[in-house]
Amino acid sequence: MHRHEKIWLTLSTAMIVGFFLIAGYQTFALEMGPPSHSETIDPQKVDEIEPFDEPGVYEVGENKYEVVMTLQIFSFTPNEIEIPAGSEVTFTMTSKDVTHGFQIAGTNVNAMVMPGYISKITQTFNEPGEYLVLCNEYCGAGHQMMSTTITVK
Amino acid sequence: MALAETIKTKANEAMGVNPLDAKISKSYFTVTFLALLIGGILGLVQGLNRAGLFELPSWLNYYQVLTAHGLLLILVFTAFFTIGYFYAGLSHTLGGLLPKVRKMVWIGFWMKIVGFVFAVVPIIMNEASVMYTFYPPMAASPWFYIGLVFIVLGVWMAAFGAFIQVANWRKNHKGQHLPILSFFATGVFVLLFFSSIPVAIEVFMIIPWAFGWMETINVMLSRTLFWAFGHTLVNIWYMTALSAWYVIIPKVIGGKRFSDTLTRVVVILLVVLNIPGGFHHQIIDPGISESVKYMHVFMSLAVGFPSLMTAYAMFSVFERTGRAKGAKGLFGFFKKLPWGDVRFLAPFIAMVAFIPAGAGGIVQTTNQLDQVVHNSLWIVGHFHLTLAMTVALTFFGVAYWLIPRLSGRVLTKKMNKIGVITTIIWTIGMSTMAIAMHLVGLLGSPRRTSYTTYGDNATALGWDPYLIFLAVGGTLLIVAVVMQVYNMFHLMFRAPKGEEEFPIGEEEENASKTPFWTERWSRTILIMLIIVAMAYVIPIVDFIGDPGSPPFKTW
Ligand code: HEM
Ligand SMILES: [Cu+2]
Ligand SMILES: [Cu+2]
Repeated sequence: MHRHEKIWLTLSTAMIVGFFLIAGYQTFALEMGPPSHSETIDPQKVDEIEPFDEPGVYEVGENKYEVVMTLQIFSFTPNEIEIPAGSEVTFTMTSKDVTHGFQIAGTNVNAMVMPGYISKITQTFNEPGEYLVLCNEYCGAGHQMMSTTITVK
Repeated sequence: MALAETIKTKANEAMGVNPLDAKISKSYFTVTFLALLIGGILGLVQGLNRAGLFELPSWLNYYQVLTAHGLLLILVFTAFFTIGYFYAGLSHTLGGLLPKVRKMVWIGFWMKIVGFVFAVVPIIMNEASVMYTFYPPMAASPWFYIGLVFIVLGVWMAAFGAFIQVANWRKNHKGQHLPILSFFATGVFVLLFFSSIPVAIEVFMIIPWAFGWMETINVMLSRTLFWAFGHTLVNIWYMTALSAWYVIIPKVIGGKRFSDTLTRVVVILLVVLNIPGGFHHQIIDPGISESVKYMHVFMSLAVGFPSLMTAYAMFSVFERTGRAKGAKGLFGFFKKLPWGDVRFLAPFIAMVAFIPAGAGGIVQTTNQLDQVVHNSLWIVGHFHLTLAMTVALTFFGVAYWLIPRLSGRVLTKKMNKIGVITTIIWTIGMSTMAIAMHLVGLLGSPRRTSYTTYGDNATALGWDPYLIFLAVGGTLLIVAVVMQVYNMFHLMFRAPKGEEEFPIGEEEENASKTPFWTERWSRTILIMLIIVAMAYVIPIVDFIGDPGSPPFKTW
């Protein structure tokens, strides 16, 4: 094997391992892992099962909120949410029909919301403003209309 | 022995193209380029719609168009090219196809066509606007899935035909290495066969459910089985493109192949490492733990290794060839490359495109970064770079000599020139579109979404300028698509008669001998299966018993 080839392969390996280690550090040390909640729920009885029998915004601590949300074609419940700036919000979500996506444009909030599963994702909103929430998984003829807003005041 | 072999190969070459074998590949290519034409037109419709420039008529739904675009280009275009090309390669390097194999690949051809018709009719009737990923619990007409079954069976026929052809050659050539192009073909068909098993299982779960005989379906299990296939498909194209880079390009530029051993190692690595990559499509899914996802970061990144080896290999071949032709200085070899030869230019641009495309892949598979771009137009930009640049341009570069060769015609100077122009327009159009897609995706614009401003939301309105660029790129592209398809049929039916070369690179004179373990396919497959098991057993066992979903038609 050429000397140059060895150098190249060493650099390649270093880069791949680097990405791997950084991803691991972020996941396990900084708790920045991707949304991976593993609870299941009967998708045909979402309305009867806690907490989804009462979707809404709940204050769960100082500057801490939980949004219990259902996604269904082609809307989010609750919608047009308002929260104070600086609060940490955990979204607890499930789907009542097909697979949806939950994305808040301009943030890293991005999670698949699937029937039968409960997804959780947490975000701290420091910047006041109006955030666009949209469904980013094709869910049917009205998919392009499935959106709402979060207002941070 | 070696001499006898050389004589036999030479004799085969002198005999030229077997017309029965040529007909097979030409039929596959005909479908390939028709799929490109129709798919390209649908692509333009999407591009214009997303930019807000074109409103679809009431009888045509954006998602119907997108389902067809995806299916035609991701499945038909690629699979038909791959099979047509490798069958031409098997015929050329293994001394003609066996009559039995010929029959099998023809049956496979018609099964795929029948399956495709079954799948397309419901799409046209708006009964199957479920995208090529058809995630349950969205449920299309059952006939759509029955069509998919036929397509899978058709692919299996082609794969088994190839296995029989290769086994027969090996029986008659004990102790020899499979010719390199057929070695690639074997790798590709092994992956095609094994990766289509999970999707076949998925479809067999779906059919009774879509007919209403089963009440619910396991959503995560279906999705996981789909991506075990879907992702492997990506690497099947990639390996097909690599075969042209490692085997064909060196000959086209008048050089020698890169190390035979390392080439075969790259094939084996890609076969072994591939199937688990599917999980990088599920990084932000619920129901899979962080540690399993993290293990899969490694599984996906591992594929970066053979890719980076390839980058080295290609530059090494270019440099050595240039130097042999008298190039001086560090980059002098660059001037010695045949830039005006479309057989080189198109695959070369393909390789260059793979630099950002591969880097994008590494970014996306890294969990936290994926979360930024998942399901945005960034991803669509990514696979137009990988599939519609790297893979497609390599396929075109091959087709410019393979189609005339199989048709007993030649690639004339004039056609070569038109090919170069087509390639350049394609490159400009696709780059414009892909860059616009990456940028607007980073800003949050979602994929698979028809034109929308979300009620004149300011954020969404900010995407519009980029989407205009997307449409501009798409418009240039359609010009290139039409030219490309014209060139292909011209070379098949109109170009002057003659004999076009099948360029297969040779090893360097002083090459070291390739170790024979590379020929042990049973061991390669065993290792592949062990890695697949490591990757899939835990999550799949986890999903079994999860609450199921009834079918929905939401379009
Ligand atoms: C005229 C040329 C083309 C144009 C204008 C075009 C345009 C587009 C657009 C705008 C989308 C995304 C739509 C969305 O997500 O809302 C798309 C999706 C896609 N394109 Fe293309 N495209 C072209 C050619 C190609 C080619 C040559 C290939 C492959 C060889 C290809 C493969 C795909 C695939 C696989 C999808 C994804 C479908 C899905 O999300 O289900 N496209 N194309
Ligand atoms: Cu949606
Ligand atoms: Cu993939």
